[in-house]
This record gives sequence, C-alpha cells and structure tokens, in this order.
Amino acid sequence: MHKTSRPGLSRRSILLSTATLFIAGATGARARTIAGSLPWEPNAGNPLTPVKLGPWEFFTGDEGRAMEALADRIIPPDPQTPGGKDAGCAVFVDRQLAGPYGRQDGLYIRPPFKAGAKNQGHQMEAGPGQQYRQGLAALDRACKSKYAGKPFAELSDSEKDIVLNGIESGDFQLEGTDGKSFFEQAIRDVQMGFFADPIYGGNRDMVAWKMIGFPGARYNYLDWVNRHNERFPLPPVGMTGRAEWTPQTR
Amino acid sequence: MARRLPKKDVVIIGLGWTGSIMAQELTDEGLDVIAIERGPWRDTPTDFPPSYMQDELRYRVRHELFLRPDQLTFTFRNKMDQTALPIRSWGAFMPPNGVGGGGVHWNAEMWRFLPSDFVLKSHLTERYGKSFMPEDMTIQDWGITFDDIEPFYDRFEHLCGTSGTAGNLKGQIQEGGNPFEGPRSRPYPTPAQPQPFSQTLFAKAARELGYKPFPQPSGNLSTAYTNPLGLRMGPCTYCGFCEWFGCGNYSKASPQTTILPVLVRKSNFTAQDNSEVVRINVDRSGKHATGVTFVDSSGEEWEQQADLVILSAYTMFNVQLLLHSKIGQPYDPIANSGVIGRNYTHQTTSTVNGFFNNKKFNFNPFIASGSIGMCIDEFNGDNFDHGPHGFVGGAYMGQVQTGARPIESTLTPPGTPKWGASWKSAVRDNYLSTVKPGTGVHGSFYAYRDNYLDLDPEYKDRLGRPLMRITMDLHENEVKQNRFMTDKFAEIIKAMGADQLAKHYRTAPYDNTEYQTTHLNGGAIMGTDPKTSAINRYLQNWDVSNLFVLGASAFPQNAGYNPTLTVGALAYWAADAIRNRYLKNPGPLVDA
Repeated sequence: MHKTSRPGLSRRSILLSTATLFIAGATGARARTIAGSLPWEPNAGNPLTPVKLGPWEFFTGDEGRAMEALADRIIPPDPQTPGGKDAGCAVFVDRQLAGPYGRQDGLYIRPPFKAGAKNQGHQMEAGPGQQYRQGLAALDRACKSKYAGKPFAELSDSEKDIVLNGIESGDFQLEGTDGKSFFEQAIRDVQMGFFADPIYGGNRDMVAWKMIGFPGARYNYLDWVNRHNERFPLPPVGMTGRAEWTPQTR
Repeated sequence: MARRLPKKDVVIIGLGWTGSIMAQELTDEGLDVIAIERGPWRDTPTDFPPSYMQDELRYRVRHELFLRPDQLTFTFRNKMDQTALPIRSWGAFMPPNGVGGGGVHWNAEMWRFLPSDFVLKSHLTERYGKSFMPEDMTIQDWGITFDDIEPFYDRFEHLCGTSGTAGNLKGQIQEGGNPFEGPRSRPYPTPAQPQPFSQTLFAKAARELGYKPFPQPSGNLSTAYTNPLGLRMGPCTYCGFCEWFGCGNYSKASPQTTILPVLVRKSNFTAQDNSEVVRINVDRSGKHATGVTFVDSSGEEWEQQADLVILSAYTMFNVQLLLHSKIGQPYDPIANSGVIGRNYTHQTTSTVNGFFNNKKFNFNPFIASGSIGMCIDEFNGDNFDHGPHGFVGGAYMGQVQTGARPIESTLTPPGTPKWGASWKSAVRDNYLSTVKPGTGVHGSFYAYRDNYLDLDPEYKDRLGRPLMRITMDLHENEVKQNRFMTDKFAEIIKAMGADQLAKHYRTAPYDNTEYQTTHLNGGAIMGTDPKTSAINRYLQNWDVSNLFVLGASAFPQNAGYNPTLTVGALAYWAADAIRNRYLKNPGPLVDA
C-alpha cells in the first residue's frame, strides 16, 4: 500500500480530490505522497461524458440560428456529405463555449492587458465566449441594415457568401468588433467540430471522417504498416464506438 | 512559516526523464531520495487508456497533459527594446507538467548529437576561421566530448529499447544507417520500425538524388523488449496518436514504461506530486544548498532538507528556479556578464507539404508512430562544407509524419479558399494523398548575445513571483540556414512525385504563437569557465557544489537534432559522476 501521510494528506482528502477532478479537471488535483507502489485510482484520467443534444447551453436562440447558418456556409452540404449544421458543428461550438474553453480556464488572464505585436499572441481580457457574443450580434446587425431587416440566417446562400467574402476581405465591416478575426475564429472552430470526435457534438455519425477516409480512434494498424498504396477498408470508429453501434437520439 | 519535513539524502525537483533517471541511480546507491513534482502522478492504465486517449481535441488542441499558463507562464518579446507581454496560451512550445514530464507526450525521436556538436566553437573556428561566425554569436564548447558521453547514450538507448539501424559501429560504416553518426559501441537494442508508404517513397527519392536515407531512431518499439531494469514494453501499433498523447500500449519509452514501476517499489524512494518547489535554499555562505521549499496544492509551504539537491525540471523551470533562488549571477546581455539566462536557444524547424495525385497515391497517413520516418543527415551540423553558403549549422530532414489526426491534418493545396464548397472538396480530395512531414526540416539553433532569459519587471505568477522573461529572435544565420535546408528538402518531396508543394520557411521575427518544438535549451549552460557557464562538465553548479542541474538547460547551443537522448545521456553522465566521485568526496568536481 502506498503511504498517504504528510503533507496534510489523508485517504479522505484523496477521495475528495477525485470528486473535485470531475469539476475542476487536471488543475484541481491535490498533493499526495506516493511510496511503495503505483497509485492506481479509478477514473484518474477523467474520461469524458458525451455531449447531449438538447437546448443551447451558451447561445441564445438568435445566436444559435446565426451560428448554424454560418456553419452551413463554412461547410456547405453536398450530395455525399452533410453541411456544418447537420454535422452538429454549431452544437460543438456551443458546448465548447459553455465549457472550459469558453471560460478560458487554465489560461493566464492576469492584468495588465496591453496591445502587443501579433507574434506575442492574444492579449485581450475578453475570451472566446465574449467574442462570439459580440461577433454574432454584429453580424446580424450588419445584415439587417443591408438586407431590409433580415438577420444572417434568413439571407439566401449567395447573399450569405457575399457577406462572408466581404468580411474575409475586409470590405464588409462589422460594427464594434473585428469581423475578420471573428470569422477566422468561426472557421477554425466549425472545422474543428467537423473533424473532432463525435463525442463533442460535431462530426455527427462521423460524416467528416467518412468523407476524408480517416478510420478514427483506431488503435492497431500493425497489419497495415507494410501494405503500401492500398485503401484502408474499415469504416471509422469514435471513442464511443461505430455510428451504427451507438444510435444517437436526436 | 514553512513546516519542516524529515531530512533526506537527496531531493529531486521534477520527476520527468532526468529526475527519474537520477532517482533510480541514487536509490541504487542506497541513498534516501524524495522527488517533488509540480504536476499529478500519471500512469498508463489510469491516464492514457486506448479507450479515450485517441482524442485530438482534448490532448492536442486543448493541451490536456501540459502545464496550464495560469499556474505558470512566461513573458515574451523579440528584442530588448520591446515590452515583453505574457504568453496567455501556449504557442511556440508546450511546457510539460506532471510525473513523466515531456517523456509522456513526446514523439520519442532518439537522436545522438554529432561528435563536432560537443566542440562546436573550436571545430568551426578551426575549419572556417573566427570571422566566419557572426560577431554576436555566443556558441561554446560543452566541456565534454562525444567519447565521454557515448557510453551514456548507449545506456539510455538500451533503457528505452530504441529501434534503429546503426550507421557507424565502432568506426565501421553500416549499410542502411546514418553514415554521419559518431561511432557507437553497440547496435540499437531493437531493429528499426517498418515504414509506411510515404516514408518509404521519401527514402527512394532521396536515394535517387544521391543521399543516404535511414530510419529515424525511435523510442516507439518495433518489437517487444525487456529493458535492463526488467520492464517489458510492447511493439508499437502505429495508432498515430503519439505526439501530444500518452501511449496506452507500453510501446513508447517514457519514465512510466522504463523506470517508475521499479523505482516506486524501492523503500528508499518517495514521490510528492502536485507540489511545486518555489525555492532552493542555501546556507549563509551561499555555497551550500540546504534543501528546497515547496508549496502543496492547498497553498501550504513545506521545507524539505537534503544533503544533495537535483534540479531536474524542464529547461525553463530550471532557469527560473535558479533566478528565484538567487543562485548564480543573472546574465546581463549589455555587460555580457553573468550566467543564469545566458545562451537561450530553440530549434530552427520548417516543413514542406506535398500534394499528390489521389488517383495514384494513397498514403494512409494515419498509420504512423511518433518517431516513424526516413531521414537524411547530409546537411546536418558540419557534415558539409559551409564555406560557399555563408551560414553555420544544419538540419536533418525527412518524412517524419507522425499521423494524420484530422483537425490538424486536413490540408489543402496553395490557393484553395479557407471555407465553403471548394474548401470542402479540396479537403476530401487531398487527405489521403498529402505528405505533411511535421518538422520535416529539423535545424540547429545557435546562441546569441541578445537571446536570453531574465525576470520580468511587471508580470507575476499566481504566487506573486515575477514571471521569467524570454527575449528571443531569429538571427540572419538561422534564417539563411533554414532557407537552404527547406529548399533541399523540397527537392526531395518534389522527386517523390508531388504535383504541388507548400514550402513553409522559418523566418524572422521569431513567432511565439506558432508551434515549433518544445526543444528549448540553455539558460543554465555547462562549460569549462564559471564566467560563461552555470554548471561544470558534470552538471554541477559552479557556486553551490551540492546542486546538480540536469536537462537541456545545460546545452550551450542547440544542434540539429531532437534533444532528449542527449538530455538522458547527460543525466546518466552526471549520475555516474555523483556515484563514483562526488559521494566519495563531496565538493566541487572541477576547480573553478
């Protein structure tokens, strides 16, 4: 048995720290003294809980509609593969913003906040949550004023693309926010949701992995390392298994 | 007031590769050892199970296994006249945290440095003359030679079960290996890993261009292996989740797979996790360390006294702890005096992506290990005449693609829009037929007078201590070097049959937002002169003789190779000096 005495550590505090881990993640762990054997505890690595479908957790209804419309222009549907909306990319972004990423957990957010060179990295106090809130609102405002009161989600696909091309080139300005960097961020996050494991809400039924030919969270290619220039035949698996094994209700 | 714990023989700061090696060696010597680790204990079955380790978002993008900047970060600027700003989220490098350190989530690329790398300054001066090097370049000799360190390279390679093909066995050049390597005393313990399609194609193209390609030496094993401590490792399964991830298969060399199960059972070893050492304490003379002060996760301070202090954290934390403990004179780039923070370096990396016809080429790029790859070494170190080229230093280059995790590996050819229907179809058409060689060009990074580390005047950490400040830029020599190397590399990718190339040169200014490698070096360098080095050739601090500082902070400058094998070899070298010399007669092993 490993000893759990000093500094200030009892078996009880280790049990408490396990519960804490679920809330605080890796940074919430408590100090322990380890001697005599390897300390094995159930769920020390904190396995994930799959994202559940349901109401938005971060977005308002308007923001959610704008985000889904944005996801479907960044990744448009085609006959073979669904677009960003049906692939769950807006759900992915919503759950990410509602979680540690949106809250900037673990990042250094102490003042003073000063503008710096681009290669010194992000220096603003506002995190991704605030950027999305401002960006989506500014996008809808700009669209409403240009297209007779219609928010982004209600524009035609070609109107949406005109707006997004304008934002990308800097010709179409969003008021009160840096539209270009907001759109860059949205592209990054939507595409990330498309290619991440479906456990996070995007890449529903592994549509993105099927599209590109990525076999997913597979673990053993020993039989394949020497088979050159031959298409790997098996369908993708995610952390929760294959799509047809784990039908999701939605 | 810190509470005092019972005195130990040895306190080890940081339980990564070097801390684990040193703990194993000194407990073998019968000493009572405690290791204090800032992060959590981690182990294969509990923390890296294959059931959920293959998660690119969690481990690569969100940095699950790494230090969080809110716990400790640095400030950064390119030049001395700029204001340094805090690194709020990681970019150019990813500091490790927790038991096993970077050894958990590294790729396990097991390179030896060249014999000339250890005597760099004298070698280059002799071959090209002093004036060939830029005036502000501050390269130094290491104070040891390749022959000194070779037995310890060998020990670390055999601890890890390294898979590779020898290129120089006791002076005899071997077919299929790296003909430029220094003479090795034994072959690799296990044969080289088999290579997937694109790596094989790279080797063929390189051979046709007249180079001598060889498999990258790998700490992901080709076969099962039992190491000298009796620990058994399994063959790698090429899952493609190695870099940034822990291995769930006991196939990647790490402290967890090669040392810790033996070490933790010893009655004279104790570890303390989630506890950060904040100070090395010295007595009034300033010449003798009395132990360390650490803070546990509740914020409580503890004092651990010991006769011998081993500083074995990551490069940056070694230097920072020396500065916070006021051990050694801080480096001053203007006066060119002092040693702590001097000769801070990184790695000059770049890559070339190749886009191939998907009707002819299917690479299955997701089949890979962290250190898979075919490489050439013709342009590394001083393996070629630099005279006509106007720079010094070099790189190995190769198709070293470590997988094709789709968030990072869905590349599109130059000119493709960033979003929309044509982006989507380009991703679909290119994923299986793109060559994306991680750090395809892996170059040296030499030291300069104005690249250094000191304490930031403004920003503080969670405990109120000044952050360490990085002043770092790319100099003309490295930019030239990289342009030459990247072009040479592109010729080989082209010869593989690529339709389109995307060359990504490394250019100035040094960009702290783009990941390069975590190969940060220097700041507490080894050498022969206490005026220009922090530690002697045995990694013993010049001022405090019962303090040894391990890790890449000892590198006077960085060679064109991954640093870990040299880091591990130096730890064995220092352990050997402690066991066979220091313990018999504690005190300075080299007269200052």
